[in-house]
Amino acid sequence: MSDFLQLVISGTATGSCYALAALGFTLLWQASGTINFALGEMVMLPAFIMLFCLAQLGLPLPLAFAATMLISMAVLGFGFKRAVVDPMIQHGVIPLVIATLGLSIALKQTVRIVYSAQVYTFPSIFSDTLISWGGLRLSVSDIGTVLVAGGLVAGLQAFLNGTLTGRAMQAVAQNREAAVVLGINAQRMVLYAFLINAALAATTALLVTPSYLAKFDMGDTIGLKAFYAAIIGGFNNSRGALLGGVIVGVLENLVGAYISPGYKDGVALVLFMAVILFKPEGLLGRREERKV
Amino acid sequence: MNARARLLLVTVACVAIYFAPLGLRNYGTYIITLWAIYVLAGMGLNLTVGYAGQISLGQAAFWGIGAYTTAIALKAGLPFVVALPLSALLCFVVGLMLGFPALRVQHHYLAFATLGFNVLVYLVLRNEDWLTGGSFGINNIPRPIIAGWRLRAPGDFFQLTWIITVAMGVLMALLLRSPWGRAFAALRDNPIRAESVGIDTTFYTLLAFAIGAAYAGVAGALFAPLVGLVEPASFNVSTSLSMLLMIVAGGSGRFFGPAAGAVIVVLLPEWLRFAQTWYLAVFGMLIVVMMVWLPGGVLSIPDRLRRVRPVRV
Repeated sequence: MSDFLQLVISGTATGSCYALAALGFTLLWQASGTINFALGEMVMLPAFIMLFCLAQLGLPLPLAFAATMLISMAVLGFGFKRAVVDPMIQHGVIPLVIATLGLSIALKQTVRIVYSAQVYTFPSIFSDTLISWGGLRLSVSDIGTVLVAGGLVAGLQAFLNGTLTGRAMQAVAQNREAAVVLGINAQRMVLYAFLINAALAATTALLVTPSYLAKFDMGDTIGLKAFYAAIIGGFNNSRGALLGGVIVGVLENLVGAYISPGYKDGVALVLFMAVILFKPEGLLGRREERKV
Repeated sequence: MNARARLLLVTVACVAIYFAPLGLRNYGTYIITLWAIYVLAGMGLNLTVGYAGQISLGQAAFWGIGAYTTAIALKAGLPFVVALPLSALLCFVVGLMLGFPALRVQHHYLAFATLGFNVLVYLVLRNEDWLTGGSFGINNIPRPIIAGWRLRAPGDFFQLTWIITVAMGVLMALLLRSPWGRAFAALRDNPIRAESVGIDTTFYTLLAFAIGAAYAGVAGALFAPLVGLVEPASFNVSTSLSMLLMIVAGGSGRFFGPAAGAVIVVLLPEWLRFAQTWYLAVFGMLIVVMMVWLPGGVLSIPDRLRRVRPVRV
């Protein structure tokens, strides 16, 4: 039983990292209709920027993280929007999907050229001690990860629901024309979504890389899990991403331990197929009308 | 160029390529055989992407299913003429089963479903040792015997591959000219309108996807005896990704798009050996740039040059 609980807790920790990335993904979708297939690389790249700051510049971890955060918001947020999404979004979703796939290859291969295909260890912001609590042995970093991710999601929810800017972002997501008529600067709101996405991706990198280890193709797995988390929870709902992420993380851990470690990575797909068969709008999503 | 001249040109090109091994060494013959196999798999993917307007990120999974099916069948002593249709059929059925749930919903869910499917197929190939030989795969796959003659020489095997590729190409051309093919194009251009004039869009998209999968199955059936060894790593997501980008680079929705795209993905890296490490990174970046400047692929360059630039309003 205590094994089971420990698996659930560490699964929740991994799952909340998926959830953070998934949250950025759904935000971009809601704000601009962008399906970003370079999501995993937007987690991988900050991990390597942080490594560069730590190893080459000798910065301490908090400073390295702050610098990385700024760089990713500038390049993967603002730059990505201006250079890739803006010129293409009017042509529809498919060209953009293909462009982000191309971008994902380009980023991955560039990192591979610079850092080779080697695996790099990455320092954790949490200590690696275990606490014993009522027969359970809990890892501080698992609990810390859940708390940081949970806090971020709650904070983001509060921002979206409680502030004027957040409400304006939601208005743009729901009905762009009406929002513009009401005097909301839609372009700026969309830009905020891109910046938040980049910030979430950088934070995911900080939390997930100590256990995933930094490698040029680390984004493949994280990206895939985040897509599925987003769809399972509900493509158009921010809380859905959190639920989806945690479900995927926990079930993966349980399948890996009790059924077959080889098929751990297949869990998300099976869940995804079940969801699109029985509840295509996702567990917490709502149905969308189609435009003619 | 009128239709007759075009047909003549294509026929001459096909015959010329058929005799290409005469001027090539073994390695060159191997590379053009691989190119033909990519063209085959690409034709199928082009049907899904270029004509039915869906994104599939799992073409390598079907390619792998085809290759493993043929490998296992040939090892079990079945003749190649049985193994090849078996591979195609299996891919067609699996394609229907995967496409059915994914195509019921919008948002290009097929892209996500095929992406995960590719991961799952890779896991099965790697984990089910009893059937697939695990991460070592299956080796010593024999070359096929056609009419009692074993195609050992690389040139002979290429010619078989090329005959099948051309035959499948003719089949595709006939399919696209049929009322069915027109329905595919209609649903790509405006799915909701197509639906309102009575085309069952889900059915046609599903069929396009499954036929595309069957083409990958045929490509896989030829790939296994070509290399003599199938292993899971050949059929992972990045192969699917390069197949998709190959279609786009060549010109999706253009009949000869896959042939041009396969040159970029299979032949160019061979010629640009010195740039090998940079090749993929530059290729990825070019795709991004291309989607902005040349969304029709390299085959749209002549049209682009011929057309007078529209006046900006």
